[in-house]
Amino acid sequence: MIDIDGLRVRFGANEVVHGISLAVPRGGSFGLVGESGSGKSTILRAYSGLNPEWTGAMRLDGAELGRRRDRAFFRRVQMVFQDPYGSLHPRQTVDRALNEPLIVHGLEDRDARIARALSDVALPRNVRFRYPHQLSGGQRQRVAIARALMAEPDVLLLDEPTSALDVSVQAEVLNLLRDLQERRGLTYLLVSHNLAVVAHLCSVIGVMQGGDLVETLSAADLRAGRVRHPHTAELRALTVELEEDTAQPAAAG
Amino acid sequence: MLVEIDNLRVAFSTPSGWAEAVRGVSLTLGREKLGIVGESGSGKSLTARSLLRLLPGNARVQADRLAFDGTDVLTASEKQMRAIRGKRAGLILQDPKYSLNPVMTAGDQVAEAWRAHKGGSKRAARRAAVDLLAQVRIRDPARVAGAYPHELSGGMGQRVMIAMMLAPDPELLIADEPTSALDATVQAEILRLMEDLVSRRGMGLLLISHDLPLVGHFCDRVAVMYAGRVVEELRAGELAHARHPYTRGLLDCLPRLSHPEARLAVMHRDPAWLAA
Repeated sequence: MIDIDGLRVRFGANEVVHGISLAVPRGGSFGLVGESGSGKSTILRAYSGLNPEWTGAMRLDGAELGRRRDRAFFRRVQMVFQDPYGSLHPRQTVDRALNEPLIVHGLEDRDARIARALSDVALPRNVRFRYPHQLSGGQRQRVAIARALMAEPDVLLLDEPTSALDVSVQAEVLNLLRDLQERRGLTYLLVSHNLAVVAHLCSVIGVMQGGDLVETLSAADLRAGRVRHPHTAELRALTVELEEDTAQPAAAG
Repeated sequence: MLVEIDNLRVAFSTPSGWAEAVRGVSLTLGREKLGIVGESGSGKSLTARSLLRLLPGNARVQADRLAFDGTDVLTASEKQMRAIRGKRAGLILQDPKYSLNPVMTAGDQVAEAWRAHKGGSKRAARRAAVDLLAQVRIRDPARVAGAYPHELSGGMGQRVMIAMMLAPDPELLIADEPTSALDATVQAEILRLMEDLVSRRGMGLLLISHDLPLVGHFCDRVAVMYAGRVVEELRAGELAHARHPYTRGLLDCLPRLSHPEARLAVMHRDPAWLAA
């Protein structure tokens, strides 16, 4: 579904992504992890068409993507950002936010679609005419996901979708993303700095460091510690060290 | 006891009456590392800020006792509070980008903190600043002293903040989400550095965070806050044996690298926790 081949992204004289390649099959999920400045979000933005300064090849469902994307691309590929407060218009109701993609893409039956989208992301119906500031952080992120789903996309690009949320809310949103993927056969490209989050949602994981994709491995290999690159090993060790402190006694599991 | 908090209540005036954000918190802290953990809105930052009387004007603070090293914070004069803030109790905030002065070099800011509390000549302050930057393990302290905040990485900026807070030799360090804006590798380094400085100088540390496993790893004791109350207090090593359903919930809803689960546990908030 998603094919990226030798992607390079440059900001002025500074190259921040040094030729990376990855592929995600239809209905698959690929997670990019790495520290700030490693270039993981830049890849997402280049693929989504937000950043036209790139070279290499990118394909959606086999079709070559150019510098400018057509309307069909923006219907099939949707993005969810880290901070729902920043990505929802403060003076537009949820209803208006969800209507927008329907108007842009000329989709009919708007009322029913909005009602269905709200129930898909498990939001009560009365949320529809509220403003973003009247919602909790988790509800806002659900609205952002609902908005991304309005145009019935094939691909969701998720940029740190749970990093701004409390852990209990993060669990709910992660469960929701997984359900939606199963129900709708969505393809995910997820960016996060949290190894456990990425491994939970994605079967294949790419580790970024300084603009290079230093290792691509399966979630199972990552969990089992079958890693090759020292940076992957370092990130994994930090996560595992903290997990061990709170590991439950075997009986409780 | 360095810090005594007994039945602390913080409320904000709203059009519909007083809204209580902290509802009877009691804590004590000696020369040890205490973590306060909770989700957004649990009152953890307000609890720490009450101690330095750094609350917004529309807040009402009540307590049976709220004391820093014997000084009653509720009745202390502004002058007495100034002698505590910064000098005897330092505060480190989440994002060094917003806490450092963007138009002053790192060295000048540390030197200013040193001089404000210790006096002395500009040259002595400058020397002390470079020494402090070396203590927070900045490899080239003289160069960093001459750098502006935008020339520093997040981890480096947070080291400068810590150096600034250490300048007056405080007895207590309050760190409010000190590493939430940093990468995991840098986060571990900064916490290890704080832990080391605190134990070497015999200071008390109040570490506030939303990250229960992280706090458990670096503190001696952890107080878990929910809706303005401490619902459970336990030794850090006993985290795996936490009894309160909220603490358990916080741990169970985390995705784990070592124990994959198809669905994450979701927290069911019991209204009884509010009264507990």
